[in-house]
Amino acid sequence: MNLTLKVWRQPNTDSQGNFETYQLADVSPDMSFLEMMDVLNEQLMSQGIDPIAFDHDCREGICGMCSMFINGEAHGPDRLVTTCQLHMRKFKDGDTITIEPFRANAFPVIKDLAVDRSAFDRVQQAGGFVSVNTSGNTQDANAIPIEKKDADRAFDAATCIGCGACVATCKNASAMLFVSAKVSQYALLPQGKVEATDRVLNMVKQMDEEGFGNCTNTGACEVECPKGISLENIARMNREYLAASLKG
Amino acid sequence: MGITSSSIGRKVAMALSGLFLVFFLLQHFTINMTSVISAEIFNQLSHFMGTNPVVQFVLQPVLIFGVVFHFIMGFVLELKNNQSRSQKYGVYKGQANASWMSRNMILSGIVVLSFLGLHFYDFWFPEMNYKYIEVLPEDPNRYYEELVHKFHSPIRVAIYSLSFVFLALHLLHGFGSSFQSVGVNNKYSATIKKATQAFAIAIPLGFVFIAIYHHLNA
Repeated sequence: MNLTLKVWRQPNTDSQGNFETYQLADVSPDMSFLEMMDVLNEQLMSQGIDPIAFDHDCREGICGMCSMFINGEAHGPDRLVTTCQLHMRKFKDGDTITIEPFRANAFPVIKDLAVDRSAFDRVQQAGGFVSVNTSGNTQDANAIPIEKKDADRAFDAATCIGCGACVATCKNASAMLFVSAKVSQYALLPQGKVEATDRVLNMVKQMDEEGFGNCTNTGACEVECPKGISLENIARMNREYLAASLKG
Repeated sequence: MGITSSSIGRKVAMALSGLFLVFFLLQHFTINMTSVISAEIFNQLSHFMGTNPVVQFVLQPVLIFGVVFHFIMGFVLELKNNQSRSQKYGVYKGQANASWMSRNMILSGIVVLSFLGLHFYDFWFPEMNYKYIEVLPEDPNRYYEELVHKFHSPIRVAIYSLSFVFLALHLLHGFGSSFQSVGVNNKYSATIKKATQAFAIAIPLGFVFIAIYHHLNA
């Protein structure tokens, strides 16, 4: 396939970025999108052009590092995949592909397509954990009976890889799907109930302080989420938050 | 940061005020619909609503507060949400993952708000003038004639009809969405969504029917 790539180039956080157009020939439909980016970078380096910075790590849809807004959608046109799982067979010969960083004020661009998603880390640090005494006599988690449907729902919520596609795709740059998944994975389990009140209040407070937008229930986050995290989690977080606020 | 200034608190407040306005809409529609069935019943109900002190001095101020709160909060949230992404996307395919209604609540809301201005000009301001400024004698039989008179003009009927299309678009997302905002997402959600969408189409369509009916039968 021969492709025209419009790629966002931005030297650093403080500088103005712009789109640069590159031609890439002989792209295999079996390549992953990131492999295509690797080939493009080799071509750019051979031409003496600074290669494009983009995030990636595991390249198997687990780590949540790869981002990119491809042709107007987070992680591109496919569903339930990260960018590293997106294949070039989803595009046609002669296509023009526009590639941008995830855009949100809470996710400032570091360089080109790489963005700083540490806002998610700070939200997680505000309450996304269970305090456990690890002095050697920790109770085995499997010793506590948990209803199957709750275990399944908690697991589903815990599959969130924190990639930020929900923020990137939401017209309001809201982080509620991510935060609600992290709230839910504990709220549904007995181990998480002890700190449930402080957890949801602190995580939502941190989320708001990071400058994410408000959720307006468009549902775009759920559609674009590579792990299929459900809006049900946002409703649960809303309930948890209201109950926690009433408790004080 | 308290509940009133948090993102979730504002979202819940938006949902509750919206649900309150939906309830008012249903009540308004029910009374208006009687005008198609019987001028006498419509006059009686309108006279009761227009003269009952609880309706006039308790429910009416609450309603006005609800409307003003809903649109001010809507504008505040829209402004804040726009500020959350200063650098916009070059290509953004919103239609790929969310409905037009859900992405354009501010647009449909502004149309409905503009319609409310016209509606106040047509009915509420003359009513306030009649009762509290000129203090004209009570006439329990004037309401039906006033209603029919307003729908003589085809332009007004067209504006009303178009406004109700936008109200339907607003409700198609907003009514069902308010349940999600207050934390309702369970096995009944699919039914709730269908019921709210049926309401969102049927009630505005009913208002359009009333306007066209009186225009044709004037």
